[in-house]
Amino acid sequence: MSPASNLVRRAVLAAGFVFLYAPIVILAVMSFNASRLVSVWGGFSTKWYAALLENELLIQSARISFAAAALSASIATLLGLLAAVSLSRFGSFRSRLLFFGAVHAPLVLPEVVLGLALLSCFVALGVGRGFTTLVIGHVTLTMCFTTVALLAALRGCDPTLEEAAMDLGATPARAFALVALPQIMPALASAFLLAFTISLDDFVIASFATGPGATTLPMRIYSQVRLGVSPQINAISTLLLGLVAIALGLSALAMRRAKR
Amino acid sequence: MRARPLTLGQRLTLAAPYLWIAAFFLAPMLLIAKISLSHSVLARPPYEPRFLPTDSLSDWWAKAQTLTFDNYRALVSDSLYFDAYVSSLAIAGVATLVTLVVAYPFALAMARSPRAWRPFLIGLAAAPFWTSFLIRVYAWIALLKDEGLINNALMALGLIDAPIQMFATNGAVVVGIVYSYLPFMLLPIYAALEGQDAGLREAAADLGASPVDVFLRVTLPLSREGVIAGALLVFIPAVGEFVIPDLLGGSDTLMIGRILWNDFFANHDWPAASAAAIALVTILLVPLVLWERARLHEGQERR
Repeated sequence: MSPASNLVRRAVLAAGFVFLYAPIVILAVMSFNASRLVSVWGGFSTKWYAALLENELLIQSARISFAAAALSASIATLLGLLAAVSLSRFGSFRSRLLFFGAVHAPLVLPEVVLGLALLSCFVALGVGRGFTTLVIGHVTLTMCFTTVALLAALRGCDPTLEEAAMDLGATPARAFALVALPQIMPALASAFLLAFTISLDDFVIASFATGPGATTLPMRIYSQVRLGVSPQINAISTLLLGLVAIALGLSALAMRRAKR
Repeated sequence: MRARPLTLGQRLTLAAPYLWIAAFFLAPMLLIAKISLSHSVLARPPYEPRFLPTDSLSDWWAKAQTLTFDNYRALVSDSLYFDAYVSSLAIAGVATLVTLVVAYPFALAMARSPRAWRPFLIGLAAAPFWTSFLIRVYAWIALLKDEGLINNALMALGLIDAPIQMFATNGAVVVGIVYSYLPFMLLPIYAALEGQDAGLREAAADLGASPVDVFLRVTLPLSREGVIAGALLVFIPAVGEFVIPDLLGGSDTLMIGRILWNDFFANHDWPAASAAAIALVTILLVPLVLWERARLHEGQERR
């Protein structure tokens, strides 16, 4: 490659990464700004983080969000696994097309539509909204993502290995559990993490599905953000960004170790 | 392949995800399809008729006769709705084009980087996708506001005297969509570019094609699949987007997700919101079906 085109390539990469990361980095820097104003640097301070610790409402909603994310991601991973097994191992059963379409539909459906449908359903059935309906909403939202991820992993497994196990006398369930399941463990973990992050981040479905007792963290952040930039929101955003950065760093390390 | 009956174990495996999807996705979608044909009333739930299990069949028949397509007629005749659809499609379309213009050179630069660097670069580009969408949109408020960082920087440099209004405009919504959905465009284009055979480009260059010609006649056509996939992955969610227009848009930014939200939560007009939702889903299905058909068609021709 010529030196000129090499230079252009590097410039494009630099510009792209600046565009992707500058807003996030600026947000993180601002969370340490002693001044309330975006445009004035009032010196380094951690007072907005200290203020977070005293914000009971925010802490309570963070607790609800993490609990809902853990529970809904677990259910969505389990249901996604069952759905992916059905779609990859059972051949073409009746109503497979309907099932396939319905499992994938929430991927392309606008969140407002899914939220509207869920809320209408809860109200028509006379179900009180709260933590349970929130989890139901998030499982429905994230199950399609876990199914797609696990379906791809199961299709990547060599089917002859399972067939060999069955020829040697294992039942289909046993062959699956002993042969295929260990192979897709990394996919199961990443499906769970994907569902967890989507649930933790979701504002739209939560607004429709939850009730007054179970306000989630994104809903609290949203109502603050609508009023404008706030230093406390900068601080909690930075904490959440840091959490993701640590998780990504750890998973990259784990993958590197697994490769060796 | 012929459909064959499932064994008991297979049925039990399928039952849980199937029942979940039927109860919490298919049934609710059917319900809003029905609500979209109902009248709005002051009650809870705020629509009529309601088909109750305690009704007799003749009650159901009488109630079914009151169903109406009025809400769908209103979507066309009410200029608010019609304009919202048009402007949603326009904003999403412009944003998709801008995303493509930003993502293509970026993806190309990654695909042309040394092989050892590529996994790191693509990981770095995809990482923001794992961080909170809400926070990424929020980060732009501090940049775009009148007293925000971009205006301040431009004024400090003496390029402008007064702040340019960027926040609360349709342009801000476009920026928000481009920023939030960039990985969706980047990854399929990168995948299409990375898989290309470098020998084809060298052959074209050996035969006398200029670098521009090589790009336009070899690289670009061969990445078409990636571009189309990326464009759909950006365009479809962007049309129904609520958070970005609500946070970055102005009070005059019309997008269908926002109108739907307001009809539902502020006006309590569930039938109108349901009709708008069903219409939105129908509009979004059209490009998907066309794309699927084009792919099937192409597959047949290749055979």
